[in-house]
Amino acid sequence: MAEPVATAHALTKRFAGQASPALDGVSISIAPGRMTGLIGPDGAGKTTLIRILAGLIDPDQGTATVFGQPATATDRSMIGYMPQRFGLYEDLSVMENLRLYADLRGLAPSERQASFDRLLDFTDLRRFTTRLAGQLSGGMKQKLGLACAMVRAPRLLLLDEPGVGVDPVSRRELWQMVKDLASDGIGVLWSTAYLDEAEKCDSVTLLSEGKAIYDGPPQTLTDAIKGRVIRIAVPGEGRRVALQHALDNPAIIDGTVQGDALRLMVRADTPVPDAKALGLAPGSVIEPARPRFEDAFIDLLGGGPSGTSDLARHYRVIPDTHRPAIVAEGLTRRFGTFVAADAISFTVPRGQIFGLLGPNGAGKSTTFKMLCGLLTPSTGSGSVAGIDLRRAKADARQALGYMAQKFSLYGDLSVRQNLNFFAGTYGLSGARARDAIEQAIAIFHLERYLGTNAGTMPLGFKQRLALACAVLHQPPVLFLDEPTSGVDPLVRREFWTHINGMVEKGVTVLVTTHFMDEAEYCDRATLIYRARQIATGTPDELKAMAGKADATMEDAFVALIEASDLHRDAA
Amino acid sequence: MTDVFRPRRFAAMLVKESLQIARDPSTFLIAFALPMLLLFLFGYGINLDTARSRIGLVITDHSEAAHSLAGSYQTSKWFDVVTTGAVSQLSRDLVGGRISGIVVIPDGFGRLVAQGGGTIQVLTDGAAPNTANFIAAYAEGVRATWAAARAGDRGTAKPPPIQTDPRYWFDPELKSRYNLVPGSIAVVMTMVGTLLTALVIAREWERGTMEAIMATPLGMAEFIATKVVPYFLLGLGSMTLCAVLAVTVFGVPFRGSPLALIVIASVFLFPALGQGLLISALTKNQFVASQVALLSAFLPTLLLSGFLFEISSMPVPIQAITYLVPSRYLIPQLQTVFIAGDDWGLFVPDMAVLLGFGMAFFALTVRATLRRIA
Amino acid sequence: MIAALLGPRLVAIIVKEFWAVLRDPRARLSLIMPPLIQLLVFGYASTMEVKHVTIGVLDRDGGYWSHEIIQRLAGSPNVQRIVRLDSDADLARAIDSQQVIAALRFDARFSADVSAGRGGVVGAAYDGRKVNAAQIVGGYVDRIVGDVSDTIAVAQPPAPGNSSVTYWFNPNLDYLWFTIPSLVVVISLVSATSVVSQSVAREKELGTFDQLMVSPFRVWEILVGKMVPPVTIGVANATLFLVINPLVFGVPFHGALLLFYPALILFLLSMTGIGMLISVIAQTQQQAFLGMFALTVPVTLLSGYAAPIANMPPFLQVIAQANPAKHFFIVSEGLFLKGMPAADVFANTWPMVVIATVTIGAASALFRSRLE
Repeated sequence: MAEPVATAHALTKRFAGQASPALDGVSISIAPGRMTGLIGPDGAGKTTLIRILAGLIDPDQGTATVFGQPATATDRSMIGYMPQRFGLYEDLSVMENLRLYADLRGLAPSERQASFDRLLDFTDLRRFTTRLAGQLSGGMKQKLGLACAMVRAPRLLLLDEPGVGVDPVSRRELWQMVKDLASDGIGVLWSTAYLDEAEKCDSVTLLSEGKAIYDGPPQTLTDAIKGRVIRIAVPGEGRRVALQHALDNPAIIDGTVQGDALRLMVRADTPVPDAKALGLAPGSVIEPARPRFEDAFIDLLGGGPSGTSDLARHYRVIPDTHRPAIVAEGLTRRFGTFVAADAISFTVPRGQIFGLLGPNGAGKSTTFKMLCGLLTPSTGSGSVAGIDLRRAKADARQALGYMAQKFSLYGDLSVRQNLNFFAGTYGLSGARARDAIEQAIAIFHLERYLGTNAGTMPLGFKQRLALACAVLHQPPVLFLDEPTSGVDPLVRREFWTHINGMVEKGVTVLVTTHFMDEAEYCDRATLIYRARQIATGTPDELKAMAGKADATMEDAFVALIEASDLHRDAA
Repeated sequence: MTDVFRPRRFAAMLVKESLQIARDPSTFLIAFALPMLLLFLFGYGINLDTARSRIGLVITDHSEAAHSLAGSYQTSKWFDVVTTGAVSQLSRDLVGGRISGIVVIPDGFGRLVAQGGGTIQVLTDGAAPNTANFIAAYAEGVRATWAAARAGDRGTAKPPPIQTDPRYWFDPELKSRYNLVPGSIAVVMTMVGTLLTALVIAREWERGTMEAIMATPLGMAEFIATKVVPYFLLGLGSMTLCAVLAVTVFGVPFRGSPLALIVIASVFLFPALGQGLLISALTKNQFVASQVALLSAFLPTLLLSGFLFEISSMPVPIQAITYLVPSRYLIPQLQTVFIAGDDWGLFVPDMAVLLGFGMAFFALTVRATLRRIA
Repeated sequence: MIAALLGPRLVAIIVKEFWAVLRDPRARLSLIMPPLIQLLVFGYASTMEVKHVTIGVLDRDGGYWSHEIIQRLAGSPNVQRIVRLDSDADLARAIDSQQVIAALRFDARFSADVSAGRGGVVGAAYDGRKVNAAQIVGGYVDRIVGDVSDTIAVAQPPAPGNSSVTYWFNPNLDYLWFTIPSLVVVISLVSATSVVSQSVAREKELGTFDQLMVSPFRVWEILVGKMVPPVTIGVANATLFLVINPLVFGVPFHGALLLFYPALILFLLSMTGIGMLISVIAQTQQQAFLGMFALTVPVTLLSGYAAPIANMPPFLQVIAQANPAKHFFIVSEGLFLKGMPAADVFANTWPMVVIATVTIGAASALFRSRLE
């Protein structure tokens, strides 16, 4: 194997005021021509490790070496670094950003044109060279960030979570771009919370709470759980209940819904239980499934939560009014000449999960905002629990629980103060408020954070608190805007256990997500692309429409969008 | 490794900074709109010159002398006189702030004047001490002038044995605007220099571009230099605008040379920009930076620089603090170059102190902006 | 009890707004720092008096009368130092370099002229770059020269009349008696507007605004919730001042507190209405802060505190009518020093009611329209 372009040995870094070290004896080696994945949940130490390699932070102990020199004293013009927020000047145009970084990295003027041409073609940004970076979509910003990092062909490329908050199509394109680069002999370090990306790396380092808990090819890890992952078809309505029963079985340590089937992982050294033991209809076919890196990851962390949600157990039963819970009828929103959402229509009956899927900037958020009354539709109408929230009195919003995309609780208020505020917001007082709050604290394990400022908690707990606040008043309808963005798979499993449980009590959920495996939980979903609905149906129907019945949702998503592009180009 | 200075890289950063300035509306707000507002307020709003005051006049004497004196008050250019009613009514007006003082020409005034005396009573509103002083002095002035004129008519006038012959250099018409407007230019330059630059590095931190810049070969001293040059020019620009307005709109004389003014402003911008950059590098957050900048630059310039309040009149500990306020060394230079003329003997020592401040600020900024995130 | 009356929603938002101010370190900073700095600096540094001055003397005379005047000048409590000057060039240099603010010049024949009854003239040069301070020093010089002059004049017939001056409400004409009542205005104003101007902008910047909008709040509940803390904080600051004043500064308060507080609350309501407008327009906390700055500076300078309103050009006097601080300034000075009766307080309070109605109305209209 070739000499590594960068190595780190036994790095330890402790930040002032933090109980545990951000990095604790981590070593990593980045070989040229290979993709090295840096995997781990939020707060595991990924960013700290990358910054040390970029020479931006001094480690307390250990050494970081880049091109044979200490990381802080090496030739920076040979490092391409893309920070989490891309490092773009939003008030400069695409071309101005490129020129700036070309000069900063010392690209010879004679090579500039060739480099710009190559990168603009590569990133498909040629049409937008005069557009300000701030006006690009998330995916385009990311490509531009990458272009700026590579404007002078680097020998080492450090990418800090380039996939966060970006839709599957953009993520795939980005991955392909970087993959091509790596084949030119560049050493790439790609940090991510998406475990499907990790699976495609040549080698991964798995970080958890500052420690490297695995280092090696991803295949080794997935091979270790071979034979323990199973798939069971559950036709009809009962998937959520079936999953709950299965997860309550001690032999099952993890499970998800996959369209009309369940996907389960069996505890190590335990025989696969039969359908009866899992509470499934007799005769259900249990077939082996290909293990994924995510399964291996969860196995490494000790398995997911059990199947029963305490939140759901305490939730009231939402009475059936025999009317749809959410209705969108031709929702259209124009900003000037720009159409952000074009005639979006769907109906969600009581007690179902409905997914809004689509690339960044496609119109999901606009639709979401029109339905919950934050934005007035240009034409069309929407109603939630039978009420048009835009016109109804404030009281009508009582029917809604809302969890925003960005953490949107009061970061400077303590956890308890946030809970008190939201209880009061929804008219809970006295004993009712106290009971609801105590219950939420117990269910979401918030005890040890009660006096802490909500903003300083780890992301997983922030999201738990956000969900707790949204459901304190037990609303019949729940709006969740990317509720699991950036959190680790264990917390995501926990969230879906709660959501599934609440839905069984009659709650209706409208959800947006970039995790396509989560889209599998939806009863139905609609794919919005360029402001229009290009496909609507159950997850399996969507896969069928994409012509890939046995594929993942992500494959279906990409295929449907590509088909739509082809169709438009042809028209 | 920070490699040697490269002109091309430096120019690229300058272009970037200038584009950002041109595209950010808040730059123009701070560099041009706020300065105009301040100049306007100090040029028109704050007028410490004596003006007409409204007073009440009570005459309980019906002699010719009393009416003659009352006439002097009524025709005085300093007073608007209300002659209705008794002291009780006017004192209510005084409480209500409708008049600022009362002059009483008492019973028997005419008789006393005939005997060579004659005392009037002046009641003023002590709640406004400056106005009270002014009314006391001018009410007596009107009376004394009136008495002297009468004495002159009868040939009994005699000048006092010693008189003063006051000359107010540079500002013989005693216009407070002549020192307030140049002084407010100091406030403007502090604000533009410190507030704007306080925002710029903080903005790079806030938007995550600092990290990307640090990972390039650009040296940190070079980085700071690319921040200084455009804002230095912007500071000179807004100073020039203010100076032109001061002369053309507010009628302040300009007796020094433009060159001296530019040198003075340039030297001052050195510590002002340095202070802003230091704040920016330390706070890394635009909101905190703007608060710190206003508290540490604007307020001291307004209150502790000698612009509005005499430094020598302050308690000693506060006087000591004023030595740490850079604009303290700018105000005399500006006032001199505007209404007195070039006086390098006064300028040079102040400039030396300002350069010292500047070097200290920049040294601290470079230290605080070391190429490290944590 | 009160909680039950207001309903859980209103209580929740008021409590939350208070915590938002008290727990955010930045908000705490803007709560504590400005009043503290103003108290110290305005209280002690902002005096229009002129003390500790240095005066130059060019004594060509060296006789009895010049000596007498110089001695009295040196003995004046306002004069710190006398600098002897040797020539006219020296004198010019001393003033040009601002070593002295004023210089007296005695001719060679000064004492002789005075003794002979021919009348002597003292030349006095002042630094016009500090024209206000110079005029005040001019007053000191005139008084001392006049006193010396009077000792000579005793033999002559009595002065032809005089005026007896009484300073009402402030018999010793103590400048602090003017400063403290104005400070109550400025400090309550700054603390209230700095809190309110952040309130909506912070929610927008931190992304909590949408969350607030999808909850069952009515617009008026949000506005009330956001205005209660700043008004309370303004009232608390003013009260703190009323308590500290007799202990530290000893400025009398002759008026009725029952008149002071309603006027104060109306004043703060009208100011928070303007502050709320800024907050609704601003997209970030930084913009809101700059907006607050651009608001409070003119409001303070055009209140009558920095310079009398009567001295301003007529158009500014008209604008000043729309300034709540201008009205409350009169009330505060009046209640502290003059024991202003109710009728006068009302006369200066109703304009604040009008301003409050307009600004709060505008803020709520804008708030509704900005919901998009």
